[in-house]
Amino acid sequence: MAKVVVLGAGISGHTAVSYLSKSLKKNHEVIMVSPNSNFQWIPSNIWVGVGLMTPDQVKFKLAPVYKKMGVNYKQAMAVSIHPEGDAENTKGFVKIKYISEEDKGKEENVTYDYLINATGPKLNFDATEGLGPNKFTQSVCTYDHAEHAWSKFQESLAKMEKGEKQTFVVGTGHALATCQGAAFEYILNIAFEIRKRKLMHLADLWWISNEYELGDFGMGGAYVKRNGYVTPTKIFTESILKEYGINWIKRAGVQKVEKGIIYYENLDGKFLTRSFDFAMLIPGFTGAGMKAYNKKNEDITSDVFVANGMMKVDADYTPKPYEEWSAKDWPSTYQSQKYDNVYAAGIAFAPPHGMSKPMQSPNGTKIFPTPPRTGMPSGVIGKIVAQNIIHAVKTGKMEHKHKASMAKMGAACIVSAGYGMFKGQAAVMTVNPIVPDWEKYPKWGRNIKDTVGVVGTAGHWMKLFMHYMFLYKAKAKPFWWLIPE
Amino acid sequence: MSKNIDKTIPYSNNSFATEPTRMVKFLRVCFLYQVYNFFKLNLKVMRIVVGGHS
Repeated sequence: MAKVVVLGAGISGHTAVSYLSKSLKKNHEVIMVSPNSNFQWIPSNIWVGVGLMTPDQVKFKLAPVYKKMGVNYKQAMAVSIHPEGDAENTKGFVKIKYISEEDKGKEENVTYDYLINATGPKLNFDATEGLGPNKFTQSVCTYDHAEHAWSKFQESLAKMEKGEKQTFVVGTGHALATCQGAAFEYILNIAFEIRKRKLMHLADLWWISNEYELGDFGMGGAYVKRNGYVTPTKIFTESILKEYGINWIKRAGVQKVEKGIIYYENLDGKFLTRSFDFAMLIPGFTGAGMKAYNKKNEDITSDVFVANGMMKVDADYTPKPYEEWSAKDWPSTYQSQKYDNVYAAGIAFAPPHGMSKPMQSPNGTKIFPTPPRTGMPSGVIGKIVAQNIIHAVKTGKMEHKHKASMAKMGAACIVSAGYGMFKGQAAVMTVNPIVPDWEKYPKWGRNIKDTVGVVGTAGHWMKLFMHYMFLYKAKAKPFWWLIPE
Repeated sequence: MSKNIDKTIPYSNNSFATEPTRMVKFLRVCFLYQVYNFFKLNLKVMRIVVGGHS
């Protein structure tokens, strides 16, 4: 009998646990440890942030779904991992602390044969003074943040309806933040909603980003086939912002936010400000902050995790200059470097380096996006990690027949604006691979045949289709496994 | 979409950005063309996702 423990019920962890429970039903135990009682389809939080969906439309309760799957669900937070066990346990275990009402505060050591760390990112609002929904800016990173953002957005709309001008600032809230795509989608939706109410003459819209050029999106930009040209995403992105009436500030590292004012430094080393009435800024991400201990109970956190708390896996972490970065540096099995039965899936794994060129201001401030890991690669990684563990459990051989490197995997980014069969539109961008491979594709860094950058209602239909399709899949309804990640 | 940003200030950010023509805007909402695009894009994404891992 094998015992597989998955930490985190986000897209990657939930995908992993779905496949594990499907294949390891008899004589095996699959355990999910997650502090959240709900699964949320994060891409649709944008619609919650502009009132087009309610939180109930983007989330569902995990407990009944895991009961149906036969998964032992513990609503708890992982505190530390002990891969070698300790004086009492010969097996590796995870120390967890319960969050659920009935067991709140109770601690338990959960032993495992295989562990998947899919704890996702910690939203590090504290890294930027004044940032976050409890302070001066909004967020759409969770459904409750998005709901809060919608209430604040409504306040601004009400003021505009009375003739008052409003300034909206959306973008990255830290010099090294990522997830520009989500913020970009949000500002387009804000612009759409303001226009729908015929209030654009009272709106001053600003995009603020740590990208060197717009369209970088943390993946060093891309080239897309568009209207008979191979076009850099810079042109694509600037064109969309201009069309929606949005001004932009690039190469900006936000350092502090006070009521109505954002302080930032740019790559020229200048310290500048931008006033606002409504701001939604994405925070920096770190790992979940788990500790790791060896059999003697000595702290080995730095052996298992990198400094920001993300887990070291089968990547090449040798520090090297940007010019020497290679697609081969990226991991493909997500197995821990130190422990063979431990894996990190989704955002929990530490990338070997960025994709965007590191930039620094004359004052020494690093200002550039860190690598993104969106839902699609997170789901695929969760799936292949589960498949490799299933294979190991069934055959006793750890062969890693399934691989998924972000340097070989493609992704689609759908930036939707508006809502409805005929009123909604979206910009669809596909890239393959996600990490540019300049050795294999010396001209464009990626397979140009697989890239596309189009705007239209078809993209919006795709986003709606994915919303319903992936929630269906996540609820483990009949034939869910036929739906690809 | 918006008229409230001055696109004509020389050397401003916005002055360098491209804008869609009326034909492009029409095609973006042309039902038949978008139905074709919907299937084409879904197939492309499916091929990329399935082919990206073993």
